[in-house]
This record gives sequence, C-alpha cells and structure tokens, in this order.
Amino acid sequence: MLNFVIKIGAATNSLVRYLGQLTILWSQTIVLALTPSFKGTRSLIQAHRIGPGSFVISSLVAFFVGMIMALQMAYQMVQLSAEIYIPKVVSVALTRELAPVLTALIVAGRIGAGIAAEIGSMTVTEQVDALRAFAVNPVKYLVVPRFLGLVLMLPVLAMLADVIGIWGGYVICVYKLHISHQMFWKMVFSALAMKDIVTGLVKTIFFGMIIAIVGCHQGLNVRGGAEGVGKATTTAVVRSFILIIMTDCMITFIFYFLLNV
Amino acid sequence: MIEIRNLYKAFGAQMVLNNLNLSVRRGETKAIIGRSGVGKSVLLKSIVGLMKPDSGSININGVEATNLNEKGYDRLRMEIGMVFQGGALFDSMSVGDNVAFVLNEFLNLDQKNVRDRVAHALALVGLKDVEPMMPSQLSGGMKKRVSLARVLCMEPQIILYDEPTSEIDPITAAAINHLIIELHDKLKVTSIVVTHDMNSAYQVADSIAMFYRGQVIADGKPQEIKNSTHPVIRQFITGQAQGPITEDESLIFGHVK
Repeated sequence: MLNFVIKIGAATNSLVRYLGQLTILWSQTIVLALTPSFKGTRSLIQAHRIGPGSFVISSLVAFFVGMIMALQMAYQMVQLSAEIYIPKVVSVALTRELAPVLTALIVAGRIGAGIAAEIGSMTVTEQVDALRAFAVNPVKYLVVPRFLGLVLMLPVLAMLADVIGIWGGYVICVYKLHISHQMFWKMVFSALAMKDIVTGLVKTIFFGMIIAIVGCHQGLNVRGGAEGVGKATTTAVVRSFILIIMTDCMITFIFYFLLNV
Repeated sequence: MIEIRNLYKAFGAQMVLNNLNLSVRRGETKAIIGRSGVGKSVLLKSIVGLMKPDSGSININGVEATNLNEKGYDRLRMEIGMVFQGGALFDSMSVGDNVAFVLNEFLNLDQKNVRDRVAHALALVGLKDVEPMMPSQLSGGMKKRVSLARVLCMEPQIILYDEPTSEIDPITAAAINHLIIELHDKLKVTSIVVTHDMNSAYQVADSIAMFYRGQVIADGKPQEIKNSTHPVIRQFITGQAQGPITEDESLIFGHVK
C-alpha cells in the first residue's frame, strides 16, 4: 500500500514538474517573441513547412470524416425521416470540434514529431550548444519561429478542414440521401453561427502552442544519441495528443458553461 | 587571461572537476591532456558558460564569469570562440551560411561584405569555394576547419578547441595543428586546446596541463611534460596500457583489481 502511495506521489511530482517546465518554456517563448530583434522570415519559413505540407492530409481526413459522419447519422435519422437535419449536425460538429481536433492531431503527428526529431538531433550533435556559445538564445532561434508558425497555420488548416469536411457530408447527403443541393447549403448556413467557427479556431491556437512547446521541449531535452532522439519524437507525439484532447475538453467546458457559446 | 580557481563540478555522485586550478596567460596556447572523462570538455563548457560549475571561480579577462546571468554571459561569449569536437555545424545551412552565422545574427552588413568576410575566414583555414556545400558533404577534417572559420568570423580574443585533431587522418591533423599555430602567431589569440593527441599538444602548445582525477597534476612547457618522471604523466604520454592510471581503475582489460 505504501509503495502504491509512493508511486502515485512520484508520478504526480513528475507530472507537475513536466507541466511546470512546459509553462516556463511557453512563457520564455512568448516574452522572446515580443522582444526585438524580430526575424519574421524564420517564422514564415516554418509556416510554409507546416501549412502546405499538412494541407493534403488534413483535408483528406476532414473530407472522409464528413462523409462518415453523414453516413453514421443517416443510419438512425433515415428511420425517423429526419435526414434533412444531417447537414446541420455535420457542419456544427465539424466546425466546433472535429476539424480543429483532427487537424491538430494530424499536425502533432506530422510536425510535432519532426520538430522533436530536428531539435533533438541538433541537441545531440552540439548544435544547440553552438548556438549558445555564439550568444544566440536557442529558444529565440529555434522555438519562437516554430511556435509562431504553428499558431499561424493551424487555424488556417482547421478552417480549410471545416470547408472540406462539410463537402464530404455534402457528397453523402446529396448523392446518397438525395437531399437537394440548395437544401443542403440552406440547412448548413441556418445551423452555423459565427461563434461555432470562432470557438473551433480559438481552440486551434491553443493546440498550435501545445504542439510547438511539447515538440521543442522534447527536442531540447534529448539525452543520449539516436535512441534518445527516437524516444523524444515518440514522446512528443504521445504527450501532444493527450494534452490536445485534455485542453479541448477544458476549452469546450469553458465555452459551454462559462461563456455560454 | 583566464584564471580558474577551486573549481568543482559533479554529475550525481561522480565528481568530475575536483578543486581544479588553472591559469592561461593572454596570448598563450595551453593544451589540456588527460584520459577521457577527466573533465576536459566540462572545463571548456564551463568557461563558455554552457555548464555551470558547482562552485569555484572562472575569471576571464578580469570578469568573474560565474557571477554572470545568461545575458551578461552572452556579452562575454562574443569574445570567446569554441570549436566543438564534431564541428557542430548547423546542418540545415550551407557552409557559407554557417561561417556567416555570427555576421548575419549580430552585424548589419551588406551581403557583399558578408561574402568577402566569409571567403577570408575560409581562406585562413585553407578552404576555397566551399560556400555552397552542405555540412553533410564535408569530410571530418573539413568540418573542423569550417567550424574554426565560423569562429574566426567572430574575431574572438579566446579560442577553445575541443579535440581538434580527433577522428581525422594524420595529414589533416598536421594541417590543423599548423593552423592553430598560425592563428596564434597572426591573431595573438589566447587558446585552450583539449586533446588526446600528444604530437598535437607538443606542436601547438606553449604549455601543457595534465588533468587527473579532476585536478591539474602538472602544468609546464611541452619539454617539461615530455621529460616528466611522474608515473601518471609517463603512462599517459607514452600510451602504456599498464600503469598507475589503469591500476587506479577497478577494471584493467577484463582483470578486476
């Protein structure tokens, strides 16, 4: 029993310590992002690496999720002759929840892993030490551009996923359930409010921060050689996934219960 | 001038620097020799502020470095160049961009001026027309020379070399030794060269310090070290498998003491 309590205590301690380290890195990043000198091109380079490269995969996933949602709902709604409401549910669910979260998970897997691996290999080959030896702050040089790139690009990707996901629903509703083209869009626009889109996009800003900070933190704290880099990469993805889902739940709770949106 | 007094650094239970004292005069080239793990690289990293010693003093050109915060250390780092063991070139950048790194980061120079200074630094280390190449295309010796050229662009007063001749062929090693001597003569920089290569130490150093158990056990001119009768120094400089250094360890080639 005592051993169990000790283990729980140690796990809690390491969780609090880890979250503390992430918070410190996050606050350093925010401060350094607002401190001159500004090198905007570095952030744009990162945004370019993140955005166009992730667009195809996030769009494909959103498109198929839109189709799947419409099909799964049709399974019940057709029995109630309520298939006309499917466009409403698909569009609201996608914009408020599914498109932002799925896009964030895809980007965490694709870009978060890449960030951890890239910075991790720089750490083990002393390139990060070299930056410090040249009086260059590694957080300013490595973390800030990736952070800004992700915070900038994730909402854009999520917005595109919103649109493409709804088109996925359109394919099923119009060609399988025989809802007319006009009726589909009428139902979508009657259901969607600006707050649905905004709440989804606000979430993606937080998800972008999580992916950047977790990936960079893992990369900067790599120990050992190639094995350490591999571990850091896996850990970055797993922890980003967990934190994204937890944060999503928290933000949804705040929007729903505190802000009534 | 670098003055190190009563320096301690431990990693867990392992004491790496144990009351270490060392002086390097302005313009002097000091070679540091000793077995792997005796704290030579730890000392270099402590000097450049990449590691914080547990206690003790590091005085660099009259500035007590151990009292500096990161921002204060950054000012000091502009006077210190470090050539890392593996070169530590930024592998996402071309050779030209690596060498121009400090110029692009801190000086607002026009691109022609940057290119000229890069070409000059590369010429100093005996390289020409390598600017477009990527670090992955370079040999080990070239990487070290590019790394040195990158440091030279900073025009540092102090250069720290971490095993500049390791993992390269003897001819390239001789060229790098020659380069260190030339830089010392031409630019009058203060240098610390960490090395296992005794030929290199004898060639480049004004004085040699031997590290053992986290302390300096001998510090003298190359000839004095060469002629030393101290059993630890003799075993190290002659490269004997048997002797006080290995007897001191619990395992000697599979035979437990």
